[in-house]
Amino acid sequence: METILNVKNVSKTYQGAGQTLTVLNDVNFAVEAGSTVSIVGPSGSGKTTLLGLCAGLDRASLGSVELNNIKLDKLSEDERAQVRNRYVGFIFQNFQLLPTLTALENVMVPLELRGEKNIRSRSITLLEKVGLQNRMHHYPAQLSGGEQQRVSLARAFSNNPRILFADEPTGNLDVETSDKVIKLLFDLNQEAGTTLIIVTHNMELASQTKRIIKIKGGHLVADELN
Amino acid sequence: MDIERFKYKRRLRFGWLLKMAWRDSRRNRSRLFLFISSIVLGIAALVAIFSLGDNVRSDIDSQAKTLVGADLVIESNKRVSSRIRPLLDSLGDQRSIERTFASMIYFTKNDGTRLVQVRALEGDYPYYGSIETTPARASRAFRNNRQALVDKTLMLQYNAKVGDSIMIGDVTFAIAGVITKAPGRTGISTTVAPPVYIPLKYLDSTGLIQKGSRIATAYYYKYNNPATIGSIVSGIEPRLEKEGLDYDTVEERKKNTGRAFENFNQFLTLISFIALLLGCIGVASAIHIYMREKIASIAILRCLGVNSSQAFLIYLIQIVTIGLIGSVLGAVLGIVIQQQLPAVFKDFLPVQVTTTMSWKAISQGLISGVVISLLFALLPLVSVRNISPLYTLRLAVEHVRFRDPLKWLVYAIILFFVAGFTWWQIHDWRQAIVFTLSILAAFLLLSLVALLLRWLVRRFFPTSWNYLWRQGFANLYRPNNQTLILIVTIGLGAAFIGTLYFVQDILISRVTLSGSGNQPNMVLFDIQNNQKDSVAALAKQYKLPVMQQVPIVTMRVEEINKQTSSQVKQDTSSGFRTEAYEWEFRVTYRDTLTSSEKLTAGKLYGPVKTADDVIYISMEDRYAKRIHVNLGDHIIFNVQGTLIPTVVGSLRQVDWQRVQTNFRVVFPTGVLEEAPQFHVLVTRVPSPEVSAGFQQAVVKKYPNVSVIDLNLILTVLDEVLDKIGFVIRFMAGFSIITGLIVLVASVLISKFQRMQESILLRTLGASRKQILFITALEYFFLGALAAATGILLSMAASWALAKYSFNAPFTPHWLPIVVLFAAISLLTVIIGLFNSRSVLNKPPLEVLRKEV
Ligand SMILES: Nc1ncnc2c1ncn2[C@@H]1O[C@H](COP(=O)(O)OP(=O)(O)O)[C@@H](O)[C@H]1O
Ligand SMILES: [Mg+2]
Repeated sequence: METILNVKNVSKTYQGAGQTLTVLNDVNFAVEAGSTVSIVGPSGSGKTTLLGLCAGLDRASLGSVELNNIKLDKLSEDERAQVRNRYVGFIFQNFQLLPTLTALENVMVPLELRGEKNIRSRSITLLEKVGLQNRMHHYPAQLSGGEQQRVSLARAFSNNPRILFADEPTGNLDVETSDKVIKLLFDLNQEAGTTLIIVTHNMELASQTKRIIKIKGGHLVADELN
Repeated sequence: MDIERFKYKRRLRFGWLLKMAWRDSRRNRSRLFLFISSIVLGIAALVAIFSLGDNVRSDIDSQAKTLVGADLVIESNKRVSSRIRPLLDSLGDQRSIERTFASMIYFTKNDGTRLVQVRALEGDYPYYGSIETTPARASRAFRNNRQALVDKTLMLQYNAKVGDSIMIGDVTFAIAGVITKAPGRTGISTTVAPPVYIPLKYLDSTGLIQKGSRIATAYYYKYNNPATIGSIVSGIEPRLEKEGLDYDTVEERKKNTGRAFENFNQFLTLISFIALLLGCIGVASAIHIYMREKIASIAILRCLGVNSSQAFLIYLIQIVTIGLIGSVLGAVLGIVIQQQLPAVFKDFLPVQVTTTMSWKAISQGLISGVVISLLFALLPLVSVRNISPLYTLRLAVEHVRFRDPLKWLVYAIILFFVAGFTWWQIHDWRQAIVFTLSILAAFLLLSLVALLLRWLVRRFFPTSWNYLWRQGFANLYRPNNQTLILIVTIGLGAAFIGTLYFVQDILISRVTLSGSGNQPNMVLFDIQNNQKDSVAALAKQYKLPVMQQVPIVTMRVEEINKQTSSQVKQDTSSGFRTEAYEWEFRVTYRDTLTSSEKLTAGKLYGPVKTADDVIYISMEDRYAKRIHVNLGDHIIFNVQGTLIPTVVGSLRQVDWQRVQTNFRVVFPTGVLEEAPQFHVLVTRVPSPEVSAGFQQAVVKKYPNVSVIDLNLILTVLDEVLDKIGFVIRFMAGFSIITGLIVLVASVLISKFQRMQESILLRTLGASRKQILFITALEYFFLGALAAATGILLSMAASWALAKYSFNAPFTPHWLPIVVLFAAISLLTVIIGLFNSRSVLNKPPLEVLRKEV
């Protein structure tokens, strides 16, 4: 199997107030294409930081991250932006939809950026899949949290990413809505064959992935298959 | 699965950027428009003033002939010698003569007397244009009768009608018409010296022309073939110069009028520019806040793969678009304003101004406006490039805190642009830099005050006060506060208004002061030798003190250190001295100093006893410096043909502030006693009634004597300042209204900032009153501090102007300051409260859904 994500000896430190804060310490793991992985750990353990590094939103202090065989550390911020647009999808805890764009437009943006064809019909199809065919022209402020997260799911899959990162995708949702969103996430993922990396402290969610990576205090403490 | 090699391609996708810019602006358009409304007025002012400039320039070209009224004018300030007479009488195909002098006129109907400018005219002048009168035919008809034309303001002031009589000297004239406009004369000049035209043939019988009288003569010529003027003038120029005669042609007048107008126009342009700058500050701060709110959206876009230039461009497109719309609106408004300008500036413009659209002016205004507002908008905009996608993961933790070198570059470009624009207007680097630095200093000072306030409130926060007060104070430094922008804009506005007021006050009080106490307030001049004693006696009869009675001899400089005027002119290294040769000196003789004089060098040598004695004169020190004359220098004066060699024996410092006779040059006694001379008498009248009575008596008995009453000067000054003040207020209006718009915009934007919070407070159960109080407190604090700083700034500026420009003491009155302060503070509070009303009047949820 092909390796889509390779994290080698990654450390992240923050310089602040005269002291060095080590948030991630020598983390190593590799992810095969098409697999599903969850990263779990207590709050403040460095999960989000790790996700940011894997997705190329930030740079590691030490070590290297290879995404789709591209060494992210060597790229400029603009180059990483293009890598994200081509290969990466995101789902955030607080949805992060563009407030001035309608649901449909939010889903269209990644495709428009790539200059693809049939953007509109493809986006509508996706929105139908997440059950929002009636809310396409609403702005995020007019949607509930669950609906917003469904829009963001549609957006995440719109550019056919090779790998999808989700940071606490259900953190801001109630249990019932969470279940719906999780189901949708796994269904869409199954259909697209995307690699899925979920950061969560929700063990029920984590148990649905094939592999669970546990971190604590910046160290990788366990890496188990489900 | 094949892995494609990653290759970076920087593509902008401009079409998509346009679409995104459009989408992104969706919920903010009214706010974007608000930002840009602050530059509309500045651009309007620039376009209007540029257009006015263009119009006046072409109007000067087309009307120059009527400004001069003839093809050639030859002027002399002294009696014309018989050597040049034949030449003067032979020039031109038609000739007119005009002799001008200051004299009292006397309205027989109501005993009114006033100093005027008498113009005795012979011939058909003006050949181009006309002296405009009501009734119109009077301007020609009066020349053949014992009739006069009297200036309009004078007629109003003395309640005179056409047909009434006036006396000038010994002759009574019937008023034939009222002058509404004379060639080349603006409103201001007629206010200072209102003209009265009489036929030249009655001049001698007035008895006003005696030796020593100051009288100017102008010869007007019309040529059937004006094209020959150039060669005629160059042919006679040396002879004219030798006789000390000036000449003026249409071409010459075009140049001079143009030059005078350019100064005025520069002044107007710079004031418009200040309004624009003020608006730009508003734009910069509004966009700063706008961008801060957009950080989240930009971070999301970056996550989705938008590169830094694309993110930057999305917002640049928005701002350029809205800037263009604002500029076009400004230009349209400018064209509307332009239609009003001729009426506003009528007293200052040399010509009848047409208002035609000037595309050049419009595009200049547009370009200047777009460029400068864009530069200011770039300040907050460049940060967009640096917003990291990481904000999507931890919105609350990170803050945009970095020093972007590009930002400093933009600052530098702005300064350079301001200096460059100023230079483009006034063509003087030094002044342009001083202007730029003063504006910069005002900005910095106000920013400093704002930062200091923020720091102080935070440092000494009144923790023990009740909640409402604490909340109001805390609003001054909490995130998204408006302290800096409001203090800068309100402060600059206050400084502007304050300075205007103070300067006007300084000028008026400068004159009023000099007339207070026991200072003299009336000057009688042109008293002949044989009238000297009886005029003094008349004054005594009215119980008026003769505070000074001095003889005055007029003379010119012939040589300084053996150099004549023409030698000095050739030697360019001493060029600034030439003015000494052109000046007509009014000189007195005495052996003592007056109370307004102080010796700074040399000594007074006392009376000249024999013809062999050296004549030591005393010169005013500043004038001596100006014409580069030192102690011991030799000066030969020409007193109506007699040459008198002198040596500079002393230098005096003179206080010119007082109403009394002061002199640049003082001779010793024993030299000028027999020279043609007149006398000046200085006195103090206790009341306007005594003044009027005494003036009538003087004019009746000694019609050649002119009287200047300080009250008259005050009225004239008042009128002139009124006219100037109106223009300044009009122009300052652009800045002040811009300041108000920026104020409204800033407060409105801060409304969005405070909305969440007020809603929260409301949801938590705060009453209408409590929120009102918090808001009012915050804005009162801002308004008060800005007003105080601005007023202090204006006082500093006025003090500097008073000391260095007007040489006057600066004693501001407190009442207007307090009023100004209260007005500005109150206005800020009212605007603040007015804008917050939507939070107060609507249910919280509705506001949340609609505006956030
Ligand atoms: N920019 C930063 N500067 C300093 N410390 C940071 C910064 N970002 C995150 N941290 C710290 O890193 C640690 C890990 O944070 P995070 O990755 O968000 O944890 P998790 O997502 O597991 O809750 C926390 O202790 C946090 O305070
Ligand atoms: Mg986290």
